Amino acid sequence: MIKIPIRHRFPNHLLDAIINIIFFVFAISCACLFLLILLFLIKETWPILAGNDVVSLPSLFKSDGWYPLEGLFGLNPMILASLAVTLGAIILALPIGVASALFIQFYSSPKVAMFYRVLLNLLTGIPSVVFGLWGLTELVPLIASYQPPGASLLAAILVLSLMITPTIALTSTAALSAVPTEIMLGAQALGLSKKTQLLSVVVPAAKAGIIGGTLLATARALGETMAVMMVAGNVVQNPSGLFEPVRVLTANIALEMAYAMEGHRASLFASGLLLTLIVWLLVYLAQRVQQTSIRGIRS
Amino acid sequence: MSDRIFALVVQACAALVVAIMIWVLADVVIKGLAHISWEFIFTEPQNAGRSGGIAPILVSTLLILLVAIIVALPLGLAVAVWLSEFARQGSHSAQQIGITLDVLAGIPSIVYGLFGNAFFSLYLGLGFSILSGGLTLACMILPVFIRTCQSGLNAVNNDWRRGALALGMSRASATWHILLPAASPAIIAGIILGIGRATAETAALIFTSGYVDRMPESLLDSGRALSVHIYDLSMNITGGDGAAYASALVLISLIILLNTLAQTFFDRWFSKRISTI
Repeated sequence: MIKIPIRHRFPNHLLDAIINIIFFVFAISCACLFLLILLFLIKETWPILAGNDVVSLPSLFKSDGWYPLEGLFGLNPMILASLAVTLGAIILALPIGVASALFIQFYSSPKVAMFYRVLLNLLTGIPSVVFGLWGLTELVPLIASYQPPGASLLAAILVLSLMITPTIALTSTAALSAVPTEIMLGAQALGLSKKTQLLSVVVPAAKAGIIGGTLLATARALGETMAVMMVAGNVVQNPSGLFEPVRVLTANIALEMAYAMEGHRASLFASGLLLTLIVWLLVYLAQRVQQTSIRGIRS
Repeated sequence: MSDRIFALVVQACAALVVAIMIWVLADVVIKGLAHISWEFIFTEPQNAGRSGGIAPILVSTLLILLVAIIVALPLGLAVAVWLSEFARQGSHSAQQIGITLDVLAGIPSIVYGLFGNAFFSLYLGLGFSILSGGLTLACMILPVFIRTCQSGLNAVNNDWRRGALALGMSRASATWHILLPAASPAIIAGIILGIGRATAETAALIFTSGYVDRMPESLLDSGRALSVHIYDLSMNITGGDGAAYASALVLISLIILLNTLAQTFFDRWFSKRISTI
């Protein structure tokens, strides 16, 4: 009935026009923050990108290792370690997170569900350095008693999966609650068992939201620094086993920025730039997935 | 039968999360309480933090947080209001700004640290200081804060806007007197989220606000944040675990305390606004 949205039918006040312009400038400058970040990352990486230094761009990805003192800045072991840690954390956290969401939506009384949600929210609020501290003093010795040294790929995966499980659980809960009731009633009318209803009908219907949440959790896992650095052992080597220590990209930046100069500093900024580009891609994918899901529900 | 096994698996997963959560919290509380005292909170660290307290570190933490909140809060609110109330419906620029904010929200904190080091510390010449640390954190919490406030404003019932329109209010005064108070739960949630993230942050502060654990004398002094202190004690200092746990307990209590304060303060502020229209 109403064609023009209500919020655009206010009369033209001078004050409104002025505030509109000022706030618009604020909004634009916030968006420009992204450009500024990219600009400064590129500026600091420039010696490598321009290729006029000891370090060249290809050598970051194919040289034999990370020996800053000898001018060798191969990022490969760190990139592989980051991928391994992130992948491991997602593999662990995704089923547990989705199961937690199913628990909230279908297997608990409203009171228990409320309590559980509060708990998950609390878990997302715990500082990563506290998770790191816990991992370092509780988890690492536990793993070491089974197979030394303890500080390892496995420890990093476990701590990280604990940190992203609440994110996946909460976004999945939102996705599950958005599944239309007719779909669930239809599944019930078919006489399917509850397990089949959930796994073959409800979860697939909420797929887009779950994937979107998982992509955002992936971005968070990839970017996590402190908790991983404190439990992963930080030895630069290709990840070869769950009990081997590894060093991830973010930890490498945090460990070496304090004393890095010139080519060394540039290669650290290059890894920062790489992380930003990957996160950009992940956020873009998450938005695409969620947009298609909105369209799917409307049609 | 398989139905019952599935139900058990789901409940076991939920129980597992609760159990680990209790393990982490109990660990911090028990080991923290063993080392904490009033003296710990009010004295300077000695012997690289193994003994003594955390007074200067607490002050630095609060100053960094103050800088971040003072910058991010008004700016973020202004941007959220523009995106939700002033931008034309489906406007291209508003959409692009929104997408950029989402990307900004996903950028790892360590990258904000790199940026803060290159921009605030070196390019603007602020050095390793509380100011550059706080500004870096402001950049970091801004996108999430804006998005939360924006969704809160979007969810305000249009009846409020119709009422304001009928009274002949300008858009600005409608926003100030009616829409912002109506969206206050989301705005408070955004503030709490921002405070939580800023207080918990470590990676973005190591290269912007620095390591110095003396009492800061001005905003241009380097100051060590509580989370950086925990990291340093547990990783670089042997025999620092007790103090690290005590600091972790203080950090978590501080976050809870600040959240409660923010909740009550802004609740009161917004309810005052809505009653004096």
